[in-house]
Amino acid sequence: MKKSLLSIAAAAAVLSLGTFAAEAKVKACFVYVGPIGDFGWTYQHHQGALEMQEALGGESEVELAYLESVPEGADAERAIERFARSGCNIIFTTSFGYMDATNAVAGKFPDIKFEHATGYKREHPNVSTYNSRFHEGRYVQGVIAASISEAGVAGYIASFPIPEVVMGINAFVLGAQSVNPDFKVKVVWANTWFDPGKEADAAKALIDQGVDVITQHTDSTAPMQVAAERGIKAFGQASDMIKFGPETQLTSIIDDWGHYYTERVKAVIDGTWEQVDVWEGMAEEHVVMAEYTNMPDDVKAKAADIEAKIKSGEFDPFTGPVNKQDGSAWLAEGEVAEAGVLLGMNFYVEGVDDQLPQ
Amino acid sequence: MFEQIIITIATAATPLLIAAIGELVVERSGVLNLGVEGMMIMGAVAGFAAAFTTGSPWLGLAAAICAGALFSLLFAFLTLTLVTNQVATGLALTLLGLGLSGMLGETFTGQPGVKLPLIYIPVLTELPLVGRLLFGQDPVFYLSLLLTGAVAWFLFRTRAGLTLRSVGDNHGSAHALGINVIRIRYLAVMFGGACAGAAGGYLSLLYTTQWIESMTAGRGWIALALVVFASWRPWRVLAGAYLFGAVSIGQLHAQALGIKIPSQFLSALPYLATIVVLVLISRNRRLTMINTPASLGRPFVPDR
Amino acid sequence: MRVELIKRPQQSALFSAVSPFIALGLTLIAGAIMFSLLGKNPLDALYYYFIDPLTGIWDPFNRWQLHELAIKAAPLILIAVGLSVCFLSNNWNIGAEGQFVAGAMAGSMIPVLFPEFHSWIVLPLMLIMGMAGGAAYASIPAFLKVRFNTNEILTSLMLVYVAQLFNDWLVRGPWRNPEGFSFPGTVRFHEYAILPQIWPDAGRAHWGFIFALIAAVAVWFMLSKTVKGFEVKVLGQSPRAGRFAGFSASRMVFFAFLISGALAGLAGISEVAGPVEHLNEKISIGYGFTAIIVAFLGRLNPLGIVAAGLILALTYLGGEAAQISLQVSDKTVRAFQGMLLFFVLASDTLIHYRIRLVASPAAKPAELAATEAAGNV
Repeated sequence: MKKSLLSIAAAAAVLSLGTFAAEAKVKACFVYVGPIGDFGWTYQHHQGALEMQEALGGESEVELAYLESVPEGADAERAIERFARSGCNIIFTTSFGYMDATNAVAGKFPDIKFEHATGYKREHPNVSTYNSRFHEGRYVQGVIAASISEAGVAGYIASFPIPEVVMGINAFVLGAQSVNPDFKVKVVWANTWFDPGKEADAAKALIDQGVDVITQHTDSTAPMQVAAERGIKAFGQASDMIKFGPETQLTSIIDDWGHYYTERVKAVIDGTWEQVDVWEGMAEEHVVMAEYTNMPDDVKAKAADIEAKIKSGEFDPFTGPVNKQDGSAWLAEGEVAEAGVLLGMNFYVEGVDDQLPQ
Repeated sequence: MFEQIIITIATAATPLLIAAIGELVVERSGVLNLGVEGMMIMGAVAGFAAAFTTGSPWLGLAAAICAGALFSLLFAFLTLTLVTNQVATGLALTLLGLGLSGMLGETFTGQPGVKLPLIYIPVLTELPLVGRLLFGQDPVFYLSLLLTGAVAWFLFRTRAGLTLRSVGDNHGSAHALGINVIRIRYLAVMFGGACAGAAGGYLSLLYTTQWIESMTAGRGWIALALVVFASWRPWRVLAGAYLFGAVSIGQLHAQALGIKIPSQFLSALPYLATIVVLVLISRNRRLTMINTPASLGRPFVPDR
Repeated sequence: MRVELIKRPQQSALFSAVSPFIALGLTLIAGAIMFSLLGKNPLDALYYYFIDPLTGIWDPFNRWQLHELAIKAAPLILIAVGLSVCFLSNNWNIGAEGQFVAGAMAGSMIPVLFPEFHSWIVLPLMLIMGMAGGAAYASIPAFLKVRFNTNEILTSLMLVYVAQLFNDWLVRGPWRNPEGFSFPGTVRFHEYAILPQIWPDAGRAHWGFIFALIAAVAVWFMLSKTVKGFEVKVLGQSPRAGRFAGFSASRMVFFAFLISGALAGLAGISEVAGPVEHLNEKISIGYGFTAIIVAFLGRLNPLGIVAAGLILALTYLGGEAAQISLQVSDKTVRAFQGMLLFFVLASDTLIHYRIRLVASPAAKPAELAATEAAGNV
């Protein structure tokens, strides 16, 4: 919405709210939890948004607006409502903490479509939720880690004990155990999504305790840099971090939101948008593995093979037999975990060397 | 392994130590600058930008020092020339620094930086056990120790140091003796700014070699706490910085070892430890009074 | 060329009145320069920053923004009013953020631990417990200062981190919503535990804003019309004179910290029981620190603080509007707030001093003893 200076003066009298400079077919708006330059979660969402705009014909077709670093408290509802009132046709809210605010605003604006990432509440027909099966990538990482580790121990820098993170740790451990049943994982909770200094310290602490592979579920590139300095291997997170560790990164789980955003915004243009609850993974290319690097060819092949099996649906990372951490049975032979259990996961599988914060 | 842990602790303590030593000199001159965090983050962004564009981490460090000193001038002008409230001005400096650095650094986020090299002395660095520890750390680590010694010597063994302390203890009589109170305080504030800038540069050039918004993550405040914690004595600042570094690294090790305490409580340890030590140190009222600069935070206007 | 200050015999009434406007003007100019450097049209940027959020005054379509302004300003004003008592009495409580969280946690105990307890008394109890929680948390640095002479700036600040981490543990652990898929956060509060909205048809501003106004008037009355207010100022300006007058500095430490803690706690529980409607780990977003700016922007006068809180809230809303419309980075908000505070502090110098530019360094008569500036704190 572009406003000329003249209309500013006139606004008081005329209440005119300005005119659209170019009439785009649709306006797509994004609420981000971090800065778009975080090179992690928010960066990837923004890349997806830009990819969507490009795919649908550029600026003349899709108008894009975003707000960065919107806090998840009382401010979220205001930010979303501002978008709803400024002509957005579809609003993507890209963090779990926006769940209640998204639903509250959606109730007031039934003609606008709302898409909430990682949540579970869809209180109105104009709210969809979407998420990705990141744990599929974690399983592949586990396979790689156990194949190249000499120490038999990997370090895991975790952010917060929410289901997605717990699911990731479990998938990693199961993947590793499929190669080496005695493989150990040391977990450090950094209690932050993004604090490079602290993540670096956590990486150093883990390395000093003897791990020789590091994976992270926090967003900064600091652990990758520490691993590079200390000469061990590491996995990237959210985006391809190869720049930060050309001889260190084994692979990275890339969140690719572009397909989904394109599909959904196109649906708004075509008038075919419907409420969905999407949880897709490697098969749909929502989760993409960065190129397998810095590992022997046989490990590359092994990783590619398991990736292909997950993609084709031949294999699910959470397939029995799997025991819980205390040894009690969880999944029987051949049984596959239900999505509902995974999405609320708050227990470890057998073999995790940590106590889950409760 | 222990050698590595100690080096990690040293890396965590060095930026705190440098910033705190700078602030110690500022406070000894009677000025309370709460803007350490702001000057630090300006140093971090300037250091990264200079190193990234020129390719030289040394130029980066120099830029960080200059940026910190220049930014502190703003504080000096307001509090010393315009006699504004020091607490509020310091807070404003922090806010402005966090905002400005975010704007200036936007083009540099997500870029791998240029790292300050570690010292390497043939034979010595390769000595078993103590080699890396004594002869193989980063240059700023040695600088921080030198700085501590130099400031201790300057404050308590030189005439200029005596003058600076007298300004901090009683600016009225110092002025009466013909000492230019304002000029000395300007210099002290700029020294503090330079140190905070260097500490920030350390973060973006070595600790985590990248630029990220708000990457100081509260370290400026810890540095401020260390100065009081040390009751304004340079060597105690050093002890405090290493203690704090040890506690923060220790809690991560405790977790990796699988100690069953909620991680939030472990994360709170460094802060609780700071409070406890502050209490232990300040409970001896007489001792604190001797060391506390009596004019700390009080505005000064030469009468005429 | 140097700047020289000459103390006015008495405060300048003229500059007391115009200095905030000078500061605002200078901020606007500096802001315009900043936006030009960023390649944006400065007038457009300033329009979105300062006018757009206020268009609701005449435009019903935008009235909701006024409500949002009240929501954003309420905690800032509440906390800053309490801080004014602290700062005037020379007690440097910069840990209001921790007291805000403590109040939120204490007040949330009833709806979280006794979710079946539905009664009209729930909300008043929550507010009282919120105030008590904030005050209790603030009494820690007060006690340490009085008993052990510990610097309150640092202890109150360290306690912020402790409160945040404790809250984090609570909402991820014992207080976690059992139906929340293990995500952090307590259950949603029931209707008896939610602060009513002032004017629900127009927007979601809640009673927290009314509390802020009441607190501002009450503290203003206390400071300017009662003996206690006199005591606050005397002890703040000259502890020695205060002692001669028979005032107890130790008791004043507690008084100031308890008041500001209680108001910060009230702000905390109002935020949780108001717009957020449950306790989570994200409630602490720095109101306690921004309130320090608000306190000084309002020149430690509770009525000035109301205006200052609204102006600060405006920069948040305006920053958003500018971000959407002009793609101005969100970092400009903090830079703006920092500049505003700088200019306010600098302009206030004019109230107490005349400023003279001197061409060459003046001779410094050594025999003239320096006197303490009375200080504008």
